[in-house]
Amino acid sequence: MTKRTSLYEEHKKCGGKIVDFAGWEMPVQYSGVIEEHLTVRRAAGLFDVSHMGEVEVTGTDAISFLQYLTVNDVSKLQDGQAQYSVLCNENGMAIDDIIVYRFHAEKFLIVVNASNRDKDVAWIQKHTKGKVTIRDISDDWSLIALQGPASPTILKKISDVDLSKLQSFHFVLADVSAQQCIVARTGYTGEVGCEIFCSNAAAPLIWQELLTTGKGAALKPAGLGARDTLRLEMCYCLYGHELTEETNPLEAGLSWVVKLTKKDDFIGKKALMQVKEMGLQRKLVGFKMIDTAIPRHGYPVMHQGKRVGHVTSGTMSPSLKQPIGLAYVPSELATEGSKFSIDIRDRLREAEAVQIPFYHK
Amino acid sequence: MIPDNLRYSKEHEWIEFKGKIATIGVTDHAQDQLGDIVFVELPDIGQEFSAGEAFGVLESVKAVSDCYVPISGKVLEVNDLLTDAPQTVNEDCYGEGWMMRLEVTNPDELEELMDQTAYSKYINEEST
Repeated sequence: MTKRTSLYEEHKKCGGKIVDFAGWEMPVQYSGVIEEHLTVRRAAGLFDVSHMGEVEVTGTDAISFLQYLTVNDVSKLQDGQAQYSVLCNENGMAIDDIIVYRFHAEKFLIVVNASNRDKDVAWIQKHTKGKVTIRDISDDWSLIALQGPASPTILKKISDVDLSKLQSFHFVLADVSAQQCIVARTGYTGEVGCEIFCSNAAAPLIWQELLTTGKGAALKPAGLGARDTLRLEMCYCLYGHELTEETNPLEAGLSWVVKLTKKDDFIGKKALMQVKEMGLQRKLVGFKMIDTAIPRHGYPVMHQGKRVGHVTSGTMSPSLKQPIGLAYVPSELATEGSKFSIDIRDRLREAEAVQIPFYHK
Repeated sequence: MIPDNLRYSKEHEWIEFKGKIATIGVTDHAQDQLGDIVFVELPDIGQEFSAGEAFGVLESVKAVSDCYVPISGKVLEVNDLLTDAPQTVNEDCYGEGWMMRLEVTNPDELEELMDQTAYSKYINEEST
């Protein structure tokens, strides 16, 4: 049985094309992926991301437990601050990429990918240490992402939050449309914006008010299709593509998240230190096609007649109007300017590693 | 939107048959399902196909989709306009967005294809 978010009826009203995503009936697009993508870059887009999972961690040992559970340094977080991180297994492989929100020293929220929710909750519960309580509160919350340069203006009209003053990866408790919410300066598009956590009951009202208020600023609803192309232009990892249980966060380019120097032990630390010591065999690289063809997830990367890697994500970039992709390749090929081929339907198409992210303001 | 002068395949290609020449493209239903088309791969002129074989590829932002020849024949012409303007398939799938012209080798195969009424029923059934 597929699940519906509290905004399902709103998607139907907005003309959303509904698809199954990780067991959820979600809008892949409304007016069209390219138009929605460009609207987010130029004005603002509204996304339903209520399918994401939320796990609450409370208790006197919350900090030390999260230090052990996640690869980033949770002790650096202040109240009202969030942090991108990864859950790794003992082999240093990625179980999920997550965002950890600190309310206070004894209360945190972990936002996980919809597709990994059950796996993550089981993993977190299994590794519980000290005095902590773990609660999967995903079903109690809806999550709306407002993203794009017009977001601050739009949000200001229906709440007290000034996004231009809220620092990136910080959050506040605030009213939006007179509903109690958590407004976080986070997102998955590379644009200024926020993610609004609200009750399921309040979600349709907030969604409608944002759309009405944002009309003058050209705000439009945007689906999972645009969410994917926007994140890919920014080279943000998508679990199941760049990150899997067969990849470690170092080769995925997330060494800035993996705090091997933090004092506390964490799950996967030993394995990741070994990986670092031995040097990376392969790395994630951003590439553009020299030949006209679109790379896609799973296509082989070829070099000197041999298969040397695979494409993790690829699309026609709506902003650059050019085919782009991410791939795992041997480290020596992961430098700007190096050339390799992508096997696209049994034809070798030339590609070149480029600087990332693909998209710059 | 299903014109009454064309025949249709289960894979959502349309075919217009005149003399021995068939013009082929994808239906409005197909282009709508795909979304924004950003890349079109067409066959070579002179290439021969049997009915049911893949002759080309349409790619939307999100997905890759094969196109199948509804009828056997030899490629006479392809619509080069689509290489530079793939969105034409979205904008005018039955007109400017045609994909190729074939010299048909077995016109009897046309009988296997659906007419407007049958195709309309087919897509309604498929979507429920």
